Amino acid sequence: MKLPRIRFEKRLTSPRWLPVASLAGGLALAMLTIAIIFAVLGVNPLVAFQRIFQGGFGSAYGLQETITKTIPLILAGVGLTLAFKGRMYNIGAEGQLLIGAIFATGIARAFPDWPSFLLIPALFIVGFLGGALWAAIPAVLKTRFRVDEVLTSLMLVYVANEAVKFLVYGPWRGSDTRGFPITDEFSAAAQIPSIKSTRIHYPTLIVAILLAILVYLLLTRTKLGYEIRVTGENPDASRYAGMDYQKIALLVMIISGGLAGLAGMGEVAGIHFRLRPPEAISPGYGFTAIIVAWLARLNPLAAILTSFLLGGLLVGGDAIQIALNLPAATVQIFNGVILLFVIASELFNQYKLRLEV
Amino acid sequence: MLEFILAAVRAAIPAGTPLLYGTLGEVYAERSGVLNLGVEGMMIMGAVSGFAVAQTTGSAGLGILAAAIVGGLLALIHAFASITLRVNQVVSGLALTMLGLGISGMIGKKFVGQPLAARLQPIHIPGLSDLPILGELLFKFDIMVYLGILLVPALWFVLYKTRIGVTLRSVGENPSAADALGVNVAFVRYAAVAFGGMMAGIGGAYLSISYAPAWIEGMTAGAGWIVVALTIFAIWDPRRALLGAYLFGGVRVLQFRLQPLGVSPNLLNMLPFILTILVLWLSSGQAAKRRIGAPAALMTAYSREER
Repeated sequence: MKLPRIRFEKRLTSPRWLPVASLAGGLALAMLTIAIIFAVLGVNPLVAFQRIFQGGFGSAYGLQETITKTIPLILAGVGLTLAFKGRMYNIGAEGQLLIGAIFATGIARAFPDWPSFLLIPALFIVGFLGGALWAAIPAVLKTRFRVDEVLTSLMLVYVANEAVKFLVYGPWRGSDTRGFPITDEFSAAAQIPSIKSTRIHYPTLIVAILLAILVYLLLTRTKLGYEIRVTGENPDASRYAGMDYQKIALLVMIISGGLAGLAGMGEVAGIHFRLRPPEAISPGYGFTAIIVAWLARLNPLAAILTSFLLGGLLVGGDAIQIALNLPAATVQIFNGVILLFVIASELFNQYKLRLEV
Repeated sequence: MLEFILAAVRAAIPAGTPLLYGTLGEVYAERSGVLNLGVEGMMIMGAVSGFAVAQTTGSAGLGILAAAIVGGLLALIHAFASITLRVNQVVSGLALTMLGLGISGMIGKKFVGQPLAARLQPIHIPGLSDLPILGELLFKFDIMVYLGILLVPALWFVLYKTRIGVTLRSVGENPSAADALGVNVAFVRYAAVAFGGMMAGIGGAYLSISYAPAWIEGMTAGAGWIVVALTIFAIWDPRRALLGAYLFGGVRVLQFRLQPLGVSPNLLNMLPFILTILVLWLSSGQAAKRRIGAPAALMTAYSREER
């Protein structure tokens, strides 16, 4: 059987505008595809898109909520840009985020009397440690035993999910929660402050942006960053060059896990002020962060922008759930289609594609 | 005690059946050199489309057929992306899972809470089903359980004893050599990935048409990921897929059995996932010892120009 073949010709030179154009083209095709899926499923795509945009970016409240959701996405997404650059497929950021939330809650419960200037930094530190620890499991399994990190990091999402539920339904359930599966409220000193009358916990936002810059500098300006990039692009070459693959793999996993852990810490200490069931803490920030990273073409600074876009999509997604009576999973269609087209469009930067029939 | 064990085995087999179908399909896909992490998405789409068709037509068989078609079509998206466009297989499969979870939620919304009218019934095998103990234990399942079991030797035979199997394995081990011998590498890979998708779809439909039987959003709950892990545990061999699938079916039964004894359901829910990690860890050591492993060309795209 003869299939039409697509021939790839490697580009020797590529025009400056090409990466931007291919990304824009990919996104446009993604939107078209989503529109078709919606239309087939009986939802008017124009109405849906308009409501999403309106919900996420069309009002002061929408924008505030979008920025609020941008915070965990930057943290987890920047971490993933680093991990993916080093070719460690950490797809368990969601679990690392939840463990960060658990660790933060542990500190807030243990030391409610500590003053704020001690407690808040402590929260950031243990949030990072929690996520880093959870990411270290697949990292060590990968580097020492060659166990595929994709599966183990994902399995640990389910374990973390159940761990949060276990705690809020069991030993950590609050004394004054009228039967809800939540912990008691954190002491005032353990609450990260927000911009007045919004849920934007700005200290976390500032830390997130600083970390994005830091990771960018690490990747582009340091020897270690160079080693991470070489390892990611060509693991064999890096080994011949005497680079320590194990060290690099461990490091990028632990940092990406730690940043996801910070995201979870920010949610419990900056928004909810308590631990709640996992779906209340995160509508899948750790998975959306994967799109954040790829959409940013693994550039940590660009991840700030893509976090904002996908944060808006999450807020807008909530809006169409209510307005058009759609299930929560609807946003996943956007995630899947955008991810597919973003990685496919990347090809046009490296190859000229010719169709041969 | 004997009764407890018998009841557990009796329950583990249907619980492991969706995993068996999914794993058998993924074994074939990966044997051709393509990793498909979209199993979870294809299974959930199989579950929702199988339920929807069975409910509207009143035929469980049509539901399963529809699920196979939908699973196969979804797999073709991954095939096009990873074989023709040669994009990163991990990311493409992941995207497929997200897409499946999203679309299934939208399609399934109106079926939530409906009991299925056309569920699969246990078949009565004259003579065998009436045997004492054994009849109760092994011969009171629905047709899909037996079909799954029969597929194991059949798929093993095809993989190791036929030309199709040799071709499939050669494409997964050394695509340029296969190409030199005149094998259409892309075609074989497309076919294997589509077959994997059909099997995942059937596995999902088994959940919604027989095991549950109902549509619940996100009802696969990670089963598709366990399938990907079981494929490694099975060392890409259909016979070990059976072992792994029923083992994990047993873990699921254990969860239900331990819960009344006061063990936290949340801790029990962790069991299959922790066990999966342990299994992956152990099979990595075993594979290294026996010098067997993944198909050599797994996760690498093939192009004649760049060999």
